[in-house]
Amino acid sequence: MTMRRSMLFIPGNNPGMLQNGGVFGADSVILDLEDAVSPLEKDAARRLVAHALRTVNYANSEKVVRINSLDTGLTEDDIKAIVPCRPDALLIPKVQGPADIQKVAALMAAAEGPEQPPVQIIALIETPRGLAEAYNIATADPRVAALAFGAEDYTAGLGATRTKEGQEILTARCWLVNAAAAAEIDAIDTPYTDTADEEGLIADIALAKQLGFKGKLSINPRQVEHIHAGFSPSAKEIIWAEKVIQAISLAKEQGTGVIAVDGKMIDAPIVNRAERIIMLAQLLGLQKEAYHD
Amino acid sequence: MINAVGRELPDYLDGFGKIKPFNGAFATLPDMPRQSPKVKRMCPGNHKVLNDLEEVFTKIPIRDGMTLSFHHHFRNGDGVVNMVLATAAKLGLKNLTVALSSVFPVHAPLIDHFKSGVVAALDTNYISGPVAAAISQGLPARPTILRTHGGRARAIECGQLHIDVAFIAAPATDCYGNINGVSGPTACGSLGYAFPDAEYADYVIAVTDHLEEYPLSPISIPQTRVDFVVKTDRIGDPKGIVSGTTQITKDPVQLKIASLAAQAIKASGMITDGLSLQTGAGGASLAVASFVRKMMRETGIVGSFALGGITGYLVQMLEEGLFKKIVDVQGFDLEAVRSLAANPNHLEVGAGFYANPFNSGCTVNQLDCVILGATEIDTNFNVNVVTGSDGIIMGGSGGHSDAAAGAKLTIIVANLLRGRLPILVDQVMTVTTPGETVDVLVTEWGIAVNPLRNDLLERFKTAGLPVKDISELKRIAEDIAGIPQTNRSQGKIVAVVEYRDGTIIDIVRQVPK
Repeated sequence: MTMRRSMLFIPGNNPGMLQNGGVFGADSVILDLEDAVSPLEKDAARRLVAHALRTVNYANSEKVVRINSLDTGLTEDDIKAIVPCRPDALLIPKVQGPADIQKVAALMAAAEGPEQPPVQIIALIETPRGLAEAYNIATADPRVAALAFGAEDYTAGLGATRTKEGQEILTARCWLVNAAAAAEIDAIDTPYTDTADEEGLIADIALAKQLGFKGKLSINPRQVEHIHAGFSPSAKEIIWAEKVIQAISLAKEQGTGVIAVDGKMIDAPIVNRAERIIMLAQLLGLQKEAYHD
Repeated sequence: MINAVGRELPDYLDGFGKIKPFNGAFATLPDMPRQSPKVKRMCPGNHKVLNDLEEVFTKIPIRDGMTLSFHHHFRNGDGVVNMVLATAAKLGLKNLTVALSSVFPVHAPLIDHFKSGVVAALDTNYISGPVAAAISQGLPARPTILRTHGGRARAIECGQLHIDVAFIAAPATDCYGNINGVSGPTACGSLGYAFPDAEYADYVIAVTDHLEEYPLSPISIPQTRVDFVVKTDRIGDPKGIVSGTTQITKDPVQLKIASLAAQAIKASGMITDGLSLQTGAGGASLAVASFVRKMMRETGIVGSFALGGITGYLVQMLEEGLFKKIVDVQGFDLEAVRSLAANPNHLEVGAGFYANPFNSGCTVNQLDCVILGATEIDTNFNVNVVTGSDGIIMGGSGGHSDAAAGAKLTIIVANLLRGRLPILVDQVMTVTTPGETVDVLVTEWGIAVNPLRNDLLERFKTAGLPVKDISELKRIAEDIAGIPQTNRSQGKIVAVVEYRDGTIIDIVRQVPK
């Protein structure tokens, strides 16, 4: 299981940040060739990012590169330069439909070396049309590992006013989470853009988790700690999940059909959720702590 | 001979004298009486206010070879040192020693006084700017003595730095020589670094541009030790003296380091009632304070005192009730000045009270934790804050070695790479603070614990902190930046680095232009 609680953007044209990207402990770093880089610096950033992928130690962070969208004419060159440097995934911006994914996947396959494990795709949904096609995008190719949401461009496309509270993106968030869940992949939430507002960030993370997102994009390393706190299983969740797993194995041993934990019926989706919590807790070494608290 | 941190030192140095090697942070015992300055008298009806500095020089009189002292509370806005030395030059004096607690770029005219022989030696705790470069090039006739803040107080109080005349830049004074630092156009807050000078110099002169009615209130330096008062038009530039507000860094790597340092303090078990803390005024140090503040709020604990260079940030913590007291030897911004003037729990103390190792107890000994920086640190945890990796002087201990020796927990925060160079090396260029007084190094790539502190190592591991062996951190740095070649000069000795107890911990050699 790839944990993507936090996915931190690192500007692809900033050598200092590229070198330090691994120190912030983000689950994924996204080396950015798109919005962070001005048109005049695209080729320089492409070289820097390719070099960083080969030489910089990103510690335990997943290495993702956001390439330029298909309408820019830069996508093919980006893929040719980046994919052979073995990133874990590409973040494809402004995906409009499954055809975009298929096109990108074909370019990626052509650029991959013979022994290279397939590079994954994370589709960034940031247009009304992309959102409408979300499930088809999620299932367009086996490389698609997650859907991510970009609310700024999306609201602009919608003609809505972007607010901190985010009522205007509630439907889109729910729709995206649903499409990802239907395709059995992760949904990653839009970044919280006011980097000075800690309280707002914490509330936004809590909402995203409640809606079913598994992680959040981040535009500032300062946000990573809060995002991890928000998306890591709580002590209460871990204890609940362990009860569920114990009840299930007991039921299997005894051949019982219907199982309940704390008076509530347990069925397959609940077991899945419990298993995910336990896996996350194991990855994060949180199980002992849960009982300690 | 080789001292306890492995540095080769001569037994004797021309222009300095016999060298006593550093032998361990607490190995030297004092064996002298305290210095006793001349006894004075002042008859009723006598006046202290003189017309100008020249009159001071003739009245005392100041002669060739004397030691003139100054404080550095005006930092880069100081006007007094240059005025006094210009007067000395005008009067044809030679071979003076300048004992200035810290030297800033504004003191560049010192270079001409070195060249002309007006000033033959410098005795200081920190140097930045062109004077530092001039010393590295071997300009003054005699080697510079680099002390610690506590060590300078010790040297004065124990008679090793005899001051003939102390010129005290005085933000506010009255006609009888009472001085404070909290009013007047050049208000700088605490005058702590001038306290030993005022107490032990043969003559004490208040140089001011702000005379108040007698008696001045509050009084930091009393009339009983001040011989003359000189009023001039302007003694300094407020813009260079205090900053508006000191800002916390926004640099994400420094914030990461600060966050790890705060977690280390917590894991040490120190976030409890009564916490005492010293941080620098630099952005990263302040950021540590901001993370600690958050932890203190969350757990509802109240600290006993904050120490050192005081900023508005620490004043906010005092006013919020997170600390009961501030112990202030030096203020950095206008908020620190305001608080010192108004709040009885904001205490003004002298350099000896702060950090002199040879008295009956200095405040650094009461510190739980200090956060310090480093220009370089080696795998034995020795820290260099005196020279750059090129061997050129660019700083000094200030209170670094003092606070490191005193505090129960000494944390060095530093980027593992600065520019293109690793800061973690096999041997630092110039040892300033010995590794035995440093407990923890916090970098963006992880935390290294001094093997002398296995108790901390266990606590950090239990807390899940990213602990690494210091040689592993060094390897990470070298993987990124390569192994830098060191270029050790074999030139003449231009400065001695004195540890706080008066022994010599290292020397600095001349670097070609």
